[in-house]
Amino acid sequence: MVEHLEASNDATITLPRVGERIPTVVVDDAHVIYRVHKGAGGGTTPVAALRRLVKRTSAPNIQEVHAVKGVTFTAYRGEAIGLIGSNGSGKSTILRAIAGLLPVNRGAVYTQGQPSLLGVNAALLNDLSGERNVALGCLAMGMHPDDVVRMTPEIIEFSGINERGDFASLPMRTYSSGMAARLRFSIAAAKKHDVLLIDEALATGDKGFRKRSEQRVRELRESAGTVFLVSHQLSSVRDTCERTIWLESGLIRMDGPTDEVIRAYEAFSNKK
Amino acid sequence: MADTALVDPVTGLTQAQLAARHGLRVAGERPSLAEYSRRLWAYRHFIAAYANAKLVASYSNAKLGQIWQVLTPLTNAAVYYLIFGVVLAQKEIPNFIAYLTTGLFIFNFTQSAVLAGTQSISSNLGLIRALHFPRACLPVAATLTQFQQLLASMVVLVGIVLVTGEPITPEWLLMVPALLLQAVFNAGVVMVVARMGSKSSDLKQLMPFIMRTWMYGSGVLYSVSLFKRLPEWAATLIQYNPMLVYIELARHALLEQAPLLNESLTQLWLVAAAWAVVAGIGGFVYFWRGEQEYGRG
Repeated sequence: MVEHLEASNDATITLPRVGERIPTVVVDDAHVIYRVHKGAGGGTTPVAALRRLVKRTSAPNIQEVHAVKGVTFTAYRGEAIGLIGSNGSGKSTILRAIAGLLPVNRGAVYTQGQPSLLGVNAALLNDLSGERNVALGCLAMGMHPDDVVRMTPEIIEFSGINERGDFASLPMRTYSSGMAARLRFSIAAAKKHDVLLIDEALATGDKGFRKRSEQRVRELRESAGTVFLVSHQLSSVRDTCERTIWLESGLIRMDGPTDEVIRAYEAFSNKK
Repeated sequence: MADTALVDPVTGLTQAQLAARHGLRVAGERPSLAEYSRRLWAYRHFIAAYANAKLVASYSNAKLGQIWQVLTPLTNAAVYYLIFGVVLAQKEIPNFIAYLTTGLFIFNFTQSAVLAGTQSISSNLGLIRALHFPRACLPVAATLTQFQQLLASMVVLVGIVLVTGEPITPEWLLMVPALLLQAVFNAGVVMVVARMGSKSSDLKQLMPFIMRTWMYGSGVLYSVSLFKRLPEWAATLIQYNPMLVYIELARHALLEQAPLLNESLTQLWLVAAAWAVVAGIGGFVYFWRGEQEYGRG
């Protein structure tokens, strides 16, 4: 059974807006199918590899996962939308599809400008110092080298990795997981975005950093168009988003004002 | 199931019409070739920084650090010299050690670039899935990293060539265009294997064998005059082998009496340039056509 509440217009809207609502992300019946490697099974010898290449069969240890099975919604400028759902419900996958990082297999995703994904998975080079990673990350986002030089101290300051000694000049493999996640978030948040996608980034870091990052998200939201937030922390969804989409096994189960959706979601998870 | 013809309650448009009306674009759409080249150029600072970062990172755990950049080619040359020069006692070629190291270092540039390139997409999935940039940055950066390695090897090579008594001649300057042509050729090949490696992880296992076969067909370890004993078609094939061509160009530039398979120098340069153009453009177009697939896993 799929409840399908249309995005209601009475959702608390904080930004002033004139006339028609401008869509920034339109998702039209999107399907995403992953190919995953099940890890080393048999047949990893060169001879077996050659035989597979010649016969053009795919490796036996690949499995297809239908992660998103037809999702349709529209997001408008000025909205902050939370995405909730149990593990493996396709939240992160749909976010990647919006970012254009994972192509959809069927349907379509239309976006305004280039959405940016702030994920805790944004891999940087662990053997390099935090400072170099900041520069590299900024360049990868398309910043000009002059801006990178100017922004680097700010980003390091914001991430707070230097609070206990000069960690910025140490390789990232020496960081705790919290520090690394904070640095990644700080890099990605340094740029202004039309559509900002945040994947559980707020759940990392200590209280002080969480406060700073929530503040930063609010600023980005004001300058940017639309913010998506994937989180298991319902409190942070409640604090930042006025609209919430609840995904369950790749389908939208509910879409509406945050309070309503979270209430239904909580009832659902308690029942399980 | 979700309904494609779902209509927006306010405007009465379907999703696709709504997107078109507000000028929204398909997420992750492949840009045109010209636009893609322009974006790649705009990311040149990232490519340079990434190539450099990879180079630094590859030695960051070693105690000797960056010295390995010079030590690796030197050790390599020493091992091959021991076997082919001392144990098998090569007498045919004058100044065999310089002949061997020239071939070895030139071939190694392509070999390590191709091996790194095979994994340049598959080992950077985290980066690809997190950030948006023209994916061609990665194979190009892999080539650039190896180019920087090559420059260190060239310092070693010049040392070896001088110590073994070759004179410095104006022809040495020909190394510059020869290496640049080879770099373009490599970038093209790396883009091809990067796309192939992104789909099939088996390629990584096969690549060392392919590269070794290629090395034996390029006259790195022994005199190229051996190829003259082959049947005519095979000898012609080897004559146009791009790696042999680049190696011969380097040997001709640096060494006085090295035996060459190609007698005509003009032809050698033409073939070298043709390979660079064909591989460079072909590889880029081939890679661009797969742009949307990278990161799917």
